[in-house]
Formats: sequence, structure tokens, C-alpha cells
Amino acid sequence: MWKFFHQMASPPYFYRLAATLIPWFAIPGLILIAYGAYAGLFLVSMDYQQGDAFRIIYVHVPSAYLSMMAYMMMAVGGGIGLIWRLKLAHAVGAAAAPLGAAFTFLALVTGSIWGRPMWGTWWEWGDPRLTSELILLFLYFGYMALRSSIDDTAKADKASAVLALVGVVNVVIVHFSVEWWSSLHQGQTVFKKGTMDADMRIPLFAMLIGFSFVFGAMLLRRLRTEVLFRERRTRWVRELVLSPEGGK
Amino acid sequence: MEALAMGGYGAYVWSCFGLAFIVTVVIEWRGRVRHNEIYRDIEVRIKALEERE
Repeated sequence: MWKFFHQMASPPYFYRLAATLIPWFAIPGLILIAYGAYAGLFLVSMDYQQGDAFRIIYVHVPSAYLSMMAYMMMAVGGGIGLIWRLKLAHAVGAAAAPLGAAFTFLALVTGSIWGRPMWGTWWEWGDPRLTSELILLFLYFGYMALRSSIDDTAKADKASAVLALVGVVNVVIVHFSVEWWSSLHQGQTVFKKGTMDADMRIPLFAMLIGFSFVFGAMLLRRLRTEVLFRERRTRWVRELVLSPEGGK
Repeated sequence: MEALAMGGYGAYVWSCFGLAFIVTVVIEWRGRVRHNEIYRDIEVRIKALEERE
């Protein structure tokens, strides 16, 4: 087991392995998304209260889920990087941040578009779920700004890891806000029994798994870039670039 | 046409799906562009060093 982790943490090994893994994540992910989107848009019956507007759930929920998941990856990566000084763990945070920010933006915008016909407003400042999700977006921006403001990669890794760990508190707030406080946003429905018909739930799970797989593929691609940049002065990168087949 | 109208919510539903598609394509494309830029920079630097040596 330790041997496996040790091997995974080796940049040249990981760089090559990631290239092999990307299609294994991307292709099933795209197939699941295609099915989930088609079923969610055309096959599933409309909701008896929300009508066809409920179909926004098929992009809103996966985006919101990934917005929190990416942040947790940054925090776990940062924690591992600080404790065990694994460079690859810090690279995970750096690679996940732009993706997390994009999915947080998507969750906010799709939520706002869904809120207009259902709540009668695009945005409500007093709502804990909406504002904590917006704070999450600012945390992503802060994390990326902090990283880019420090030239020394090792220092940037440490500072951003601390920020990521502190920001976990907000992810917990985002997740439990609908249970702790009165909110316009509906409570937990996806994993709660009896809240959603199976016909509606199956495409949603397909979208959740599909988005996760595509996220995995995009993360691996960005991780390869991050590893390549960090290792640009090493012998293995030199050999890779000079090899006849190249190593893109 | 009925599918497009989505019971009067078409603009809301289709804009969300469209935006999700655009955001996903853009972040994937940006990732590829950045990878190619970094690879090219490294390649140029290493080849210049090789020639000097």
C-alpha cells in the first residue's frame, strides 16, 4: 500500500499514468452526461409543483456538488502537503482551484436562474445557502490570487494550503445551511428517501457521476500541467521533451 | 417546439444547460492551452540549452 502511494507521488510516474487515465475518466463521464441530460430534459415527467423548471436540477446539483468537492480536495491536498511535504498533494490544490471556481460560478448562476421563476427573485442576500456559496467562490478567487502573488512555489504551497484548510469551515456551512437556518433554498432532496421519484433520481445520479468523471479527467489534465511546470528543471522532463515521441 | 418551450420555462432551462456546456468546454480548452504553452516553453528552453552545450 505504501509502495503504491510512494509510486503515485513520483512526478514522472504520475505524469505518464495521468495521460493513460484521462480517457478512462472522460469517455464514461461524457456518456453518462449525455444520457443524464437527455433523460432529464425529455424523458422524465415534469414536477407537479415546479413544472419543467425543475429540470435545472440536472445541471445545478452536480455543479454545486463539485463546487464543494473541489474545495475539499484542495483542503485535503493542502493538509497532506503540509504534514507529509508531498509536492503532488499541493499540486492537486493548485489544479483543482480553477475547476472548483468554475463549478461554483455555474452553481450560483444556475441557482439564480432557477430561483427567478420559483422564488420570484434572482438573488436573496439574507439566504444562508446563497451567500455561503458566494463566499466559497471568493475563497477560490482568494486561493488563486494568493498562489499567483507568491513567486516561490514552496511558499505559495504552504500559504495556500493554510487558506484552503481555514476555508473548510465555509464548506461545512454551505452543506448544512439549509438545515441550520431558515432558507429559501430547499432542504436535502437528492440522498433523502421519499423526496424524489426514482425516474427523476436515476438521470440525476447519472449526471452526478458523469460530472465527477469529467471533473476527474480535467483535474488530471491540469495536474499534468502543474507537475510539468514544477519539474521543468529536472532531468526526467528534459529526457521527456527530447525523446523522439515527445511527452505532451 | 413543445420540448423547447418547457411549459413556459424554456428560457430558464435551456440557458442553464447551455451555460453548463459553455463553462465546461471553456475550462477544458483553457486547461489544454495552458498545458501546450508550458510544454512549448520548456521545449524551447531545453533545446536552446542543448544547442549551447
